[in-house]
Amino acid sequence: MTPEERTIRPGRMHYCPVCGHAIAQRMIGEVMDELGIRERTIGTAPVGCAVLLYDYFNCDIIECPHGRIPAVATGIKRMRPDNVVFAYGGDGDLLSIGLAETIHCANRGENITMIFINNAVYGMTGGQMAPTTLIGQKTITTPEGRMSTETGAPLRICEMFATLASPVFIERVAVHDAPHMQRAKQAIRKAFLNQIEGRGFSFVEILSMCPTHWKMGGKEACQFVGNEMASYFSIKKFRDVDG
Amino acid sequence: MEHEKTLVMGNVAMSEAAIRAGCRFYAGYPITPQNEVSEYLAQKLPAAGGVFIQAESELAAINMVFGAAATGERAMTSSSSPGISLMQEAISYLAAAQIPCFIANIMRGGPGLGNIQGSQADYFQATRGGGHGDYRLIVLAPWSVQEMYDLTIRAFELGDYYRNPVMLLADGILGQMAESIELKDPVQKKSITKDWALTGCAGRKPNVVRTLYLQQKDALEEKNMELKAKYETITSELQLSETRFGDDAEIAVIAYGTPARIAHWAVKQAREAGVKVGLFRPITLWPFPVLELRKLAARCRKFLVVEMSQGQMIEDVRLARIPATTVDPKIEFFGRGGGWYPKPKELLAKILEIAKR
Repeated sequence: MTPEERTIRPGRMHYCPVCGHAIAQRMIGEVMDELGIRERTIGTAPVGCAVLLYDYFNCDIIECPHGRIPAVATGIKRMRPDNVVFAYGGDGDLLSIGLAETIHCANRGENITMIFINNAVYGMTGGQMAPTTLIGQKTITTPEGRMSTETGAPLRICEMFATLASPVFIERVAVHDAPHMQRAKQAIRKAFLNQIEGRGFSFVEILSMCPTHWKMGGKEACQFVGNEMASYFSIKKFRDVDG
Repeated sequence: MEHEKTLVMGNVAMSEAAIRAGCRFYAGYPITPQNEVSEYLAQKLPAAGGVFIQAESELAAINMVFGAAATGERAMTSSSSPGISLMQEAISYLAAAQIPCFIANIMRGGPGLGNIQGSQADYFQATRGGGHGDYRLIVLAPWSVQEMYDLTIRAFELGDYYRNPVMLLADGILGQMAESIELKDPVQKKSITKDWALTGCAGRKPNVVRTLYLQQKDALEEKNMELKAKYETITSELQLSETRFGDDAEIAVIAYGTPARIAHWAVKQAREAGVKVGLFRPITLWPFPVLELRKLAARCRKFLVVEMSQGQMIEDVRLARIPATTVDPKIEFFGRGGGWYPKPKELLAKILEIAKR
């Protein structure tokens, strides 16, 4: 495979060092290369730092209005069932403004692959509270730390999806160290394979680092994912109908 | 070519026209007075090889249309006023990304939840943008069930031709009214190559449907200039209207949709009473047919705009800058909002009163 034939284009990404987006996107690209599906894949770009993924992915991409990724992906997949559609979004997109679309897309069992980047914060807009911000976590809109009495508890979407009948694959993974990255890539691969084989809605939540807006160094951010986030957001497979 | 006659509601005529125009995707959310559209398409569209989805909201519906239409297929949604308000963000994206699609607004009374009677109070929203940013929709205004059918087919063709979303703007009366119509098949279903469509990049460079222009300096300005040039082309090529009794008219009644139908009756009655009055009926609300209006206006001294609103299209009549050959043209208004429609005899009395002055 020549560099031009790879899913991820050669060159640098604009993400901050240790950012989970860069790791997740390279993983998706590697999986697409391994499965040989680049030329029949249509991806979505979210709103936020990852909007520029169309500069990195060498495949058809649509940039979606904030929160509407699952709806846009539904329209594409229904018209192009033989194409592979991945829906990629963050916690603001999929769990806040677009929660209705996310849940209904999963509940309809759309045969797509949804990749959810959970970094517990709004990145591009400067570090506001996300639906997944941990209790006590400081953001620019929770300066004293998130309090459940005012803003509720962080949303656990995999657990919510597990109450639905339609999704065929639900797994929460993390990218803070090599063993977890390996497992994350396997989950992404399975989520694509399910779609290719027509099984239905597959969902991978990726616990990701945002050192810039967590105001942490890279190592500290990785530890935050492995210790703080993972203790609230269980890293596990919630469902795999294919066993 | 088939020429069947049938008695149908406007909403059903529009739905059947969409299928015959090759629409392959519909997503919508229930709202009165347009529920016949989803009822009809839920049954007929899958049988015609298309996809019907009852979306979880109007936001989801229009964004499903965004995705479906971005693959190059003909796609549509329909709703009524409050639901169309919810769709405005995505309509801005569709216009910005130049993705053709068909959007029907079967207008009801507003503002707010309003009521479920027919209305024309969304004229500003449809013709001025509605969503954010500098963009335009092609807006078509039927006045009969036959035109609900004909203009729907036309809308899909225009959308593909100009790469622009097209809105059918009809008051709820037109959606709910049943008339006998001729079901004409479109001449060509699909003729335009959509090399921008998302189909997978095999054998070509990847296509990207996007509306964000952050990185390159002036890129968004250039995109705006490209859109502006297209809108100017549409404005020069696509001003549709109908003038009746215009040859010797001294008074022009200007109306679209149901008020135009009522005005047509009133104009004919006034003619029988010896009043030289004509009817001007815009069929494209954007672009507004200023050229034909100016031709008529060159002969008229008095103008009466009739709308089922507090007066919105009247602003476009004023902006049409009726020529200076007309000394002190009077533009009067007959209309109210909130589900009101012009009673034929009241409108006739108004025309006769203007004629006497």
